[in-house]
Amino acid sequence: MAVLRRPECLLLTALLLFCWPYSSSALQWDEDLNVELRDADNATAETSLNKQGNQTEHAPATIDTLPIVTWKWHHVEAPYLVALWVLVCWLCKLVFELNHRVTNIFPESGLLILIGFVLGGIVWGADKKATFALQPTTFFYYLLPQIILDAGYCMPNKLFFSNMGAILVYAVIGTCWNAGAVGISLWGCYEGGAMGHLEIGFLQFLLFGSLLSAVDPVAVIAVFEEVHVNEVLFILVFGESLLNDGVTVVLYNVCDAFVSLGAAKINAAEIIKGIISFFVVAFGGALVGVIFAIILCLLTRCTKNIQIIEAGFIFVISYLSYLTAEMLSLSAIMAITFCGVCSQKYINVNMDERSVNTVRYAMKVFANGSETMIFVFLGISAIDPAIWVWNTGFILLTLLFVFVYRIMGVFFLTWFLNKTRLVPVETIEQVIMSYGGLRGGVAYALATVLDPVKIKEKNLMLCTTFLVIYFTVVLQGVTMKPLVKWLKVKRSAQSELKLIEKLNNRTFEHTLCAVEDICGRIGDNWWIRGWNRFEQKWICRYLMKPSARKSQDYLFGVFHQLNLEDAVNYVSEGERRGSLAFMRSEDAASVDFKKKFGTDMSDIMPDIMVNTDFNGLDVSMSSVTRESVPSVSLEIHENDTKNLRNNNDVNVHHLLQQHLYKSRKHHRHKYSRSHFSINQSEDEVQEIFQRTMRSRLESFKSAKMGVAPAKKISKHPQKDRQQKMSNGKSLDKSKAHPYGDEDFEFSDGNSASGGEAATYQTPYATRSGIVNRAFMPEMDTPPTMRTPPWLSQAETDGSVAPSQRAQRSLPWSPSNIRRLAPLRISNRSTDSFIMADVVKPPENPEDRNSRRDET
Amino acid sequence: PLWCDKVLLRASRRVEIAYFSHSQITRLYSRFHSLDKGENGALSREDFQRIPELAINPLGDRIINAFFPEGEDQVNFRGFMRTLAHFRPVEDNEKSKGHDASEPLNSRNNKLLFAFRLYDLDRDDKISRDELLQVLRMMVGVNISDEQLGSIADRTIQEADTNGDMSISFSEFIKVLEKVDVEQKMSIRFLH
Repeated sequence: MAVLRRPECLLLTALLLFCWPYSSSALQWDEDLNVELRDADNATAETSLNKQGNQTEHAPATIDTLPIVTWKWHHVEAPYLVALWVLVCWLCKLVFELNHRVTNIFPESGLLILIGFVLGGIVWGADKKATFALQPTTFFYYLLPQIILDAGYCMPNKLFFSNMGAILVYAVIGTCWNAGAVGISLWGCYEGGAMGHLEIGFLQFLLFGSLLSAVDPVAVIAVFEEVHVNEVLFILVFGESLLNDGVTVVLYNVCDAFVSLGAAKINAAEIIKGIISFFVVAFGGALVGVIFAIILCLLTRCTKNIQIIEAGFIFVISYLSYLTAEMLSLSAIMAITFCGVCSQKYINVNMDERSVNTVRYAMKVFANGSETMIFVFLGISAIDPAIWVWNTGFILLTLLFVFVYRIMGVFFLTWFLNKTRLVPVETIEQVIMSYGGLRGGVAYALATVLDPVKIKEKNLMLCTTFLVIYFTVVLQGVTMKPLVKWLKVKRSAQSELKLIEKLNNRTFEHTLCAVEDICGRIGDNWWIRGWNRFEQKWICRYLMKPSARKSQDYLFGVFHQLNLEDAVNYVSEGERRGSLAFMRSEDAASVDFKKKFGTDMSDIMPDIMVNTDFNGLDVSMSSVTRESVPSVSLEIHENDTKNLRNNNDVNVHHLLQQHLYKSRKHHRHKYSRSHFSINQSEDEVQEIFQRTMRSRLESFKSAKMGVAPAKKISKHPQKDRQQKMSNGKSLDKSKAHPYGDEDFEFSDGNSASGGEAATYQTPYATRSGIVNRAFMPEMDTPPTMRTPPWLSQAETDGSVAPSQRAQRSLPWSPSNIRRLAPLRISNRSTDSFIMADVVKPPENPEDRNSRRDET
Repeated sequence: PLWCDKVLLRASRRVEIAYFSHSQITRLYSRFHSLDKGENGALSREDFQRIPELAINPLGDRIINAFFPEGEDQVNFRGFMRTLAHFRPVEDNEKSKGHDASEPLNSRNNKLLFAFRLYDLDRDDKISRDELLQVLRMMVGVNISDEQLGSIADRTIQEADTNGDMSISFSEFIKVLEKVDVEQKMSIRFLH
């Protein structure tokens, strides 16, 4: 706090002063009303309605002249206070984020709690009672859902599901262990006389243990993101804390039911029922989430005409899933988690890109906002002398047990999991995982839900919960980052993915698949493979838009999402670097600019500026605020070239990513151990197969020095070609671009039946003498392609642009190209499609649109 | 014959014990045996090519080739195990111990070398543009033109090439992939 500079102090005091009069005046207005944040629900609505009614009744009677303005505080009281508190909380965050020196050392969540103390102190000082406290209803219905939804929606799916087993073990068994162990140990110590006399029974201790087992994701994730811990550790902690919230609530409810039932009535049957109910509630909640995810996907399939609000559906449906699960007394947190996790892939494909961005941003706004509020109110709610009941033994032992059992649980479960994990979780990571067991809002909210009638020592429990939260969030939160650094936890590589890395990743996957096949075992990814097959076949058909699906069939379905993100990241990264580069080489660039545009440009500068602004080009604020015209346009110019270059890079990335053959891991193909058949519809598989077979035949032939068995060989390419042709055609049609459709078909047919067929069989004869054991892909070159592409094309269709450009910009010599694999016929359609794009600028926008739709 | 199997198994156990557990060796041996249609204690290329899934693996033949030492077209069980040992996950104790004399086969560098050899056909310890193009052509569909593929290859080489010879040496290969979690991505779990 001491580091705060003057403007921040001013801001802080300003906001305090700002909220002061309203809150206190509201309270003085009528003491019993207790209009609070929590009371945005029915009760207050009614009271405020009554108030309104009263006023309107009184108003006509008392006035004797027409008032120009009247003071109508009660009309707006409840929403006004809510809005005000939201503002205050967010301003707190703003103040802290002004100075990064503080937040570097001290985690934000801890700071927010501290400022909560201050605010709470002010309220209490004015009111002499804790008027504002975070109510469980507010927490569970208005603050928590968006946080969970955001986490679920932004969950890295692939990682999550590939680590699902471990996450479930941590979340379910770990949580139960924490709850049980803490509860039983506390009870043991109580029986041993460590805490004096308390009116707490065994079941109450268990209940207390269960509410304390909720691990809060917020604080840990913030730290993890900052230091970029490796992705496995990240997903383990993230996934665990997310599911753990749901499990905790379920566990709490079960224990609560036991407490209500009373120790006397509990027998084996009830316990079994409790266990069953635990699983039914948890997994039933997940099921509700999945159902709503399906509804959501189906909905977004047909929101094309109402793009403006399609983003809203995500929020409404997810929230409904939460409420529905709550209504069915299933786990609402699980429901909304799974709703987000399951639908993200499909809705992101179904929706317009802009809507996807809208959803992402809006979700972040909501989640971050309510997170802030939760922490501030965790501070405010503590300022209430009524809840502070001190019992040294109870509190210290709770802290100790919570800490120790978390460590024990993590280590034991990891030891168990490491037996089956390919890459074991390292000891250091286990330390971080166990240290990351911070408690947060859920624990507090559950503690406030405790029924003081059934649990006599509610205040002690509440107070202990507070202390556990403060202890973990503040102390562990502060020390977490140094610890991560000090222990040298394996960081994730935060670099833009390179082409070579992509290529090699794919190589690795193919290699692993091949090795697994050679070893003759069903691999680790058997389930994933099966699921992918099922998904491709059924789920995508129903949940995805036809247009999105079409591009899925043809492109990389699974990595589509990744591609988009990559592209976006890439552009922004490039732009960032671009502007920096510009800053460095300003002199050179300005010279360039002056040479190029001269003074005649200066009068149309404003237009350019406006245009680029509207195009959504990133004209940075500095360039707009800078007054001098040349510099503005200079930056735009710089930006433009930058963009172009980036786009090229992005294109290359896309191209490669989309066309790399999928390894079997994420590849659907008809597969059975006993029976091998190639699905006719799967061009890719067939293509590889044919190529492999041809090359094998080749090498076999060359090894034997035999005569080319022309019949057999010629069969393949022909089939291949026909298939390619039809493929190309259907492709063209599916794209439905407005020009040249028939043209392409014509040229296809032409080149297939035309001059190339004549040279068809010769190359095999000439090449038959080559001895080459290794698989040389150029050997599978269909003979038709021996002629350089531009020649054959010039023969058949001189009219189309591609041949010209191919001639112009072919970067290698003809001798080189002979070593390359064939330019297939279907290339030409794609190719000329792309190139026509270049040649005919007027059609660009539509074209681009159609392509965007596909990717 | 059964005694022959036993001898083989024992021999291999002696050498490869450092890499595989006993049950793994037994399992792999039975697999080896079932692949060995000629029943001569060694696998030929044809034996591998009989595995149906490999025919639809774009890199299938390259990987088959990796099993054969240069100039030979038979691989015995030891060689078979030796190649498979590349794919064993790296374990904690191995990481620290460093396997006194030489690097273990499943070290990061050896895994990378295995991948490198998949590209490097002429074994000159360089991935040339042509070699890269060959692999790329194998791995992409037909919908990508040679021109595009050429630019991809060029860019890929540019990313890795530090000395400007337009090819990727093994050290450059290691360097450019240093952020990739090779230990994980080139490992499979053999059944215990």
